[in-house]
Amino acid sequence: MLNTRFIRNVRLGIKTLMLHKMRSILTMMGMVFGVGAVIAMLAVGEGASKEALDQIRRLGSQNIIITSQKPAQGSGSGSMRIRLNIYGLLYDDLDRITQSFKHVERAVPAKLIRGTGRVGGRALELRLVGTTPNWFELVDRERIAGRVMVPRDMETNANIVVLTEHGARKLLAGQDPIGTKVKINQGYFEVVGIIKSESTDSGSMQTPDEKIDAYIPLNVAIERFGDITTIRGQGSRSREKVELHQLIVQVDSIEHVEATAAGIERMLMTFRPKKDYKISVPLALLRQAEATQRTFNIVLGSIAGISLLIGGIGIMNIMLASVTERTREIGIRRAIGARRKQIIGQFLIETIVLSVTGGFIGIGIGVLIPWLITMFADMPTIVTLWSVLLSVVISIGVGMIFGMYPAMRAANLDPIVALRHE
Amino acid sequence: MIEVKGNMAKNDQVIELHEVWKTYRMGDQDVHALAGIDLEIKRGSFWAISGASGSGKSTMLNLLGCLDRPTSGSYALEGQRISSMSDDELSDLRLKHLGFVFQSFNLIPQLTVQENIELPLFYQGIDAHIAADRARTIANRVGLGDRLKHRPTELSGGQQQRVAIARALSNEPSVLLADEPTGNLDTATGDAIMGLLTELHNQGRTIIMVTHEPEIAAYAQFQLTMRDGKIASIIENHTCPSGIASLKNDAPC
Ligand SMILES: Nc1ncnc2c1ncn2[C@@H]1O[C@H](COP(=O)(O)OP(=O)(O)OP(=O)(O)O)[C@@H](O)[C@H]1O
Ligand SMILES: [Mg+2]
Repeated sequence: MLNTRFIRNVRLGIKTLMLHKMRSILTMMGMVFGVGAVIAMLAVGEGASKEALDQIRRLGSQNIIITSQKPAQGSGSGSMRIRLNIYGLLYDDLDRITQSFKHVERAVPAKLIRGTGRVGGRALELRLVGTTPNWFELVDRERIAGRVMVPRDMETNANIVVLTEHGARKLLAGQDPIGTKVKINQGYFEVVGIIKSESTDSGSMQTPDEKIDAYIPLNVAIERFGDITTIRGQGSRSREKVELHQLIVQVDSIEHVEATAAGIERMLMTFRPKKDYKISVPLALLRQAEATQRTFNIVLGSIAGISLLIGGIGIMNIMLASVTERTREIGIRRAIGARRKQIIGQFLIETIVLSVTGGFIGIGIGVLIPWLITMFADMPTIVTLWSVLLSVVISIGVGMIFGMYPAMRAANLDPIVALRHE
Repeated sequence: MIEVKGNMAKNDQVIELHEVWKTYRMGDQDVHALAGIDLEIKRGSFWAISGASGSGKSTMLNLLGCLDRPTSGSYALEGQRISSMSDDELSDLRLKHLGFVFQSFNLIPQLTVQENIELPLFYQGIDAHIAADRARTIANRVGLGDRLKHRPTELSGGQQQRVAIARALSNEPSVLLADEPTGNLDTATGDAIMGLLTELHNQGRTIIMVTHEPEIAAYAQFQLTMRDGKIASIIENHTCPSGIASLKNDAPC
């Protein structure tokens, strides 16, 4: 019974609002744009942050990445001389990390060498990665053909190479890659497998792998290429001795990541006079990015809150005018026997119909705008379910809060006075 | 005791006023809009209240209509004393026992004729189908069965007042209250409306009407005249009243 009365009240509310279509539409605009803005802004924010968070996650939340870095140096010492810079992670560091930290699951070394791969007439600049079979467990990439590196390759000092899809396409287009010999610098390596690379063109920042990678056993890399590289600059030459360029340390669980990273940092510092490495903890980056996202959401939330507040005030303003305009109607209803509560209900339903209709149109716009942004600006956007649900709740809430005062005003009118109203 | 009185009222007196005062305070002066009214209204009677402007007619009707409470004294409608009632209880009493007809019709413009007539039933929470049936029956009774889907603004004054009467009747009220029901109508239309009210009276409806026109008052069974918030006189019409009414041949004789 109450239910049908409610439905009839809603129908009446819609009918009353339809009497002043233009006014109702204008009144709804505040809600439409408020809600639309909230959803659209959150979708853009969410899209941007998800991309960043995904990149960080790809590094692995359980990992610690240590990279060799040339220490900041008192410059200007004999630019004409060819000097030897010795810095970076040592083979010993790898052993120390695997042996003395109980939460370290595995540590994967990488020795990076620039080289040129040649097959027949084709050539491709490669980044040789001297590593251990562990690499492929840690940096989990899809295997496209053949196999990845196995412990036997290390034991037998096998001259094998695992290429990326990109590398294979450039060097071995059209032929069966497995078993092909690639000439890299002075030596020949047999291709045993091909993996996918997730890295983008630019990115070595966010993923440990690059698409021009060629993976060879670490001991073969040491044996063939040594630790010293010559770097040619404009007219100058410098030489560097670096044992390992990168160590990826996997910790047994997320809770131990930060403590272990701090422990490794302390340990490394005791063995060297200058800081010649950089430790990055994806988990910390992740936390930081999440915190940034939270701040961003709070700012967006405040802006959205203000626009919804303005929308709500607009609705309240119109409803107050409507109450004045319909004073006599209120008097008639009261004289007939409507209770105060029922008058409140009637006006409240009208505001809620306004705000919710506005809200739903706003949701439509809020979904459309991110879609257009993705279409035309090629930016990732994600319309989250919670932002839509939140908008629905907010629009009902705005209707209730801003409708309450005009509705109470209507209900508290003295019926006798209301009936006399012109 | 109270119950005995209540029963008595139920059977006989619809309305009982005892020493009713209504006092408004204007600045530092008291205005007695009603000054000690004693009145009993029998079920099925037809009353006209007249009197000079400011004599308290509207105040009286508002009070009888439970839109207002007396400053002092007691008012019982269907044996129920309203002095101590809450706003909601007064609303319920109006919904159940009273029907209002106003000088300016007071129909709700965004509702159709049918919806206007159904309004009291809507607030009573009566099933929509039953309410629609009843609205149709009543509309037929006041001669507007073919106008149910119209808006009030599409009707003439007389037709609008018929809708208002139909609305006032839809909840089967104990008392029909009318404030100058012919005030906005020309004489012929006014007489037709009075004919309708007379018919309702003949069917046993209790009607209380405020009017300042003697010709209209003549339709009633009792003519109550007010002066300065007091009852000046009550005249019972025994004979056929005014010539117009007898010409119409539907006067209460
Ligand atoms: N709300 C009010 N506040 C103050 N005084 C009032 C109020 N309502 C009525 N009065 C006073 O009470 C007295 C009776 O008023 P009422 O409206 O009942 O007269 P009436 O007989 O209906 O007059 P009319 O024929 O002009 O409609 C008047 O003196 C009026 O000024
Ligand atoms: Mg009056």
